[in-house]
Amino acid sequence: MPGNVRTPCALAVGVCQKDYYALHVFFDNIRENKTAIDILLEKWGTIVHDEQIKTYEQPNIRKVHTPWRYFFRPDRSLMPKSTTPDEDIVTHLVMKVNAEKNGALIFSSGKNLWVFKAAGWPEDVANFYRIEDYKGYLWLAHNRYPTNTSGWWGGAHPFNLLNWSVVHNGEITSYGTNRRYIESFGYKCTMYTDTEVVAYLVDLLVRKHGLSEKLAVRALAPPFWEEIDRMPPKEQELNRAIRLTYGPALMNGPFAICVANENALVGFTDRIKLRPLVSGESGDRLYISSEEAAIRTIDPDVENITMPKAGEPVIGRVYS
Amino acid sequence: MTTVRIDAHRLHYTPLNQKIRAAIADGATEIIIDNVLGQRFIGDGVRGDDVTITVNGVPGGDLGMFMSGPTIIVHGNADHAPGNTMDKGKIIIHGSAGDAVAHSMRGGRVYVRDNIGYRGGIHMKQYMEKRPILVVGGAARAFLGEYMAGGLLIVLGLNGVTPISERGVGSGIHGGEILVRGPVDEQHLGVGAKQTPATEEQKAMIKPIIEDFAKQFNLDPAPLLVSDYTRISPASARPFANKYTWE
Amino acid sequence: MSIGSIPFKFKVSIDPDRCMSCGRCVENCSYGVFKKEGDDIRINSRNCVACHRCLAFCPRDAIDIEEKPNDYRSHPLWTREVREAIFNQAKTGKIILAGMGNAKPYPVIFDRLVLDACQVTNPSIDPLREPMELRTYIGKKPSSLKLKQLPDGEVELITKLTPNLQIETPIMIGHMSYGAISLNAQIALAKAVSRIGTFMGTGEGGLHESLYPYQKNMIVQVASGRFGVDINYLERGAAIEIKIGQGAKPGIGGHLPGEKVCADVSCTRMIPEGSDAISPAPHHDIYSIEDLKQLVRGLKEATEWKKPVFVKIAAVHNSAAIAAGIARSSADAVVIDGFRGGTGAAPRVFRDHVGIPVEAAVASVDAKLRQQGIRNEVSIIASGGIRESADVAKIICLGADAVYIGTSALVAMGCRVCGTCYQGNCAWGIATQKPELVRRLDPETNSVQVENLIHGWTLELAELMGAAGINSIESLRGNRDRLRGYMLDEGLMEVLDVKTVGA
Repeated sequence: MPGNVRTPCALAVGVCQKDYYALHVFFDNIRENKTAIDILLEKWGTIVHDEQIKTYEQPNIRKVHTPWRYFFRPDRSLMPKSTTPDEDIVTHLVMKVNAEKNGALIFSSGKNLWVFKAAGWPEDVANFYRIEDYKGYLWLAHNRYPTNTSGWWGGAHPFNLLNWSVVHNGEITSYGTNRRYIESFGYKCTMYTDTEVVAYLVDLLVRKHGLSEKLAVRALAPPFWEEIDRMPPKEQELNRAIRLTYGPALMNGPFAICVANENALVGFTDRIKLRPLVSGESGDRLYISSEEAAIRTIDPDVENITMPKAGEPVIGRVYS
Repeated sequence: MTTVRIDAHRLHYTPLNQKIRAAIADGATEIIIDNVLGQRFIGDGVRGDDVTITVNGVPGGDLGMFMSGPTIIVHGNADHAPGNTMDKGKIIIHGSAGDAVAHSMRGGRVYVRDNIGYRGGIHMKQYMEKRPILVVGGAARAFLGEYMAGGLLIVLGLNGVTPISERGVGSGIHGGEILVRGPVDEQHLGVGAKQTPATEEQKAMIKPIIEDFAKQFNLDPAPLLVSDYTRISPASARPFANKYTWE
Repeated sequence: MSIGSIPFKFKVSIDPDRCMSCGRCVENCSYGVFKKEGDDIRINSRNCVACHRCLAFCPRDAIDIEEKPNDYRSHPLWTREVREAIFNQAKTGKIILAGMGNAKPYPVIFDRLVLDACQVTNPSIDPLREPMELRTYIGKKPSSLKLKQLPDGEVELITKLTPNLQIETPIMIGHMSYGAISLNAQIALAKAVSRIGTFMGTGEGGLHESLYPYQKNMIVQVASGRFGVDINYLERGAAIEIKIGQGAKPGIGGHLPGEKVCADVSCTRMIPEGSDAISPAPHHDIYSIEDLKQLVRGLKEATEWKKPVFVKIAAVHNSAAIAAGIARSSADAVVIDGFRGGTGAAPRVFRDHVGIPVEAAVASVDAKLRQQGIRNEVSIIASGGIRESADVAKIICLGADAVYIGTSALVAMGCRVCGTCYQGNCAWGIATQKPELVRRLDPETNSVQVENLIHGWTLELAELMGAAGINSIESLRGNRDRLRGYMLDEGLMEVLDVKTVGA
């Protein structure tokens, strides 16, 4: 989403070996920091393959980290109590590595999904990874205007956990509440920025608690009580239950957010619309952006430009 | 009439505005900008009562901000806050516009053919002969006319859309008026706003404005003139009078 | 008596130039300070408690009350209070009884916390013009929802919500019993809460029938004495609160002297007239956390699981673990009463030395419940020393769902915090059962004052939230990021989980 561009990045879904988790890691120093990650991953599963992510020197990007890629298969017997052992192992590894901050940071941990990020101007970052060499059916891209933390590679959007990735424009004033809530479920916020909490909240609500994307958005940006009070009884009961149960997940403050996994792209804003969001369609393609002009730059023939209502999601689903 | 054409393809807004100012300085009265895509601040602070700027494409936010005099005609949608703190002149948008349209507008007119986003006309204000006018052909989203301190805001609900279907209309309004074609649900009114059916006198007052709006978009004004209107106005010019007590 | 007289606590004087000998001070003083002799008004300063009733009703502003008119030799250790307590006990050999909250000059944590506001990176919200949600639900909440996808695309809610109290402001009035305070005072509070849409506690004194019209806004208390408790009482309340302890006197019970058990009090408490009403230190059916669960469930069974049940504990060192136990007991809310909580009467040694501040207790309870992943399933009500809307905002940031106010509500009815409630002579008609004093308190006007207070605080709270860019109180709750510690020590900041100012 536009803003003064400092730390852009891009994400592609549908690019890689589908059967394994692709862990993208920023190493501060390959010699010093990589062995520990290798050992840790081998402890929890199998490294099927690993390689340095191809990069191409750009005049304006200093390569402060070495981006590395692992294809990883978790050993699900190690989490016998879990109903989703693979995901729980990968989540555990991401939280552990990122909390320890030992010169390694996992910034992409999905299957069939890769995140690319760096600090620099967007065209430079795209060229740094030669993003045009990758094919995908769902893309998220973002430019961050750093406030709370200065631009750094890990702080670039999207924030990813498993197959959930989030880009965000705004500031979450409820971050303290959201963080304390999500951390009580074992997640760890380590990125010095409010956005990562969204990825974890969506993972909790959708994967662990089984809410649909639509209801997850309802929990994150629910209707006002006076609106709930006016709903028919059944709807009222459902919405009240969502607010009572997920009050600590409610996100306050100005935001426009896009969150995506391999099946869907969801865009929504805060409840009183303090940030812009526009969607458009072109054939079977959905675009979501902060500004119409950004969509038209990619697809001049886009149609059905609409501004979603505050708090109501635009959901695009992938049909194969 | 001198016409100047500017190609805005991949042109940053600063050089674009420099070209506009240069053209006006050279005596141009008609400026046509093609291939506009996302450039913010077009016409920002520009003067010239006889100047018409035609924007072909989708401009970025703050179109005509602080503008004093010219007319901007947009063939496309506008982004957030066209007419922001505008002083004089006219913005005619052949499409929709984003949030905070006519934010803090002081004078002149903004016409939007289709819909506008949230907080349209927020804090419009009037002083002496300056009375800003925002006319929306379609519908407006929540918090229309919030903090409104003056001016006139008209929402027409053309093409069968409901002009007002969201909360907070005139929330904190303490000056000016909002006229909505058709009824407004009481629950959508904001704090400090009250509604009454528009009188014949009030309808007569908006008649020339609606005729001008219709002319710009080639619409038949007749059905708009016979409709009933709801007038939303401040319940008090001092909404905060009762808020504080002295230490 | 070898100790002799000790200095007055207060010296009362009347400016003769201003006094018109109207005698209002004589009529109003319930402590016998003033006496009319002919045209003169004689003063016995020794009786004065500084309740200011005389001052408030003197039409000519002729009265002056000076605190501590005579100095002792100053000494940092041997303070006046310490010396006078020794004199008292040397004379009597008894436990010193005191009123109101902790009177030691411990630093107030609230006053060393500051709140946040938005600048630039996010907009503040004007609560007068945009929605600002202070609605709070007190009660048990599910940890997750069971939903069924219906063929028509609709979703059916399988999880059944348990009853919650719905309040439109996070401010409730705590438990002050009929007995401790007068019926008129209770009625005034009851009228106020029912108009505001919040709740008040009955205290342990039962529910007088003149409060029945307000029962849907009342939380009935079950304490160790079980006074006034029967099934009707339980059914009348909107919620039931088990009182384990009280911040002003953790670990001990209570005692309403027989003199105060008049006919009406006896009827409401369901004990004989003139008999002492003794609340034991513990509930004698609760000797363990399992027993507490038993009582919670007993009350729920009795009321067919229609009422939320709260458990109130005094804030003590181990509050967090205790609260975690309570949270798992089917209880709907934990009330944490800090050591500044008021009381009609408490042993001075307890009032001043036992327990911990509510700020630290709530922070640690909230943290413990979060550690265990059950924070949102139970509500936290904070009480004990909530003096202003900023305290409410700060304690919510530290993790409370709502607060109980006690002393503040009494002050709204005229109480001057003189701290002599235990004498039963309250000149304001609040902490007394003497009919001629109780009559002074008009329930209607006083209810408006209490309502005004809560309304004013609620407005301020909405402003504070709006300034912080928050439009729903859920997002303030436990939001420690919006607090900073100012001159707090590192250990305390760690407990409160707040950063220092500037960080």
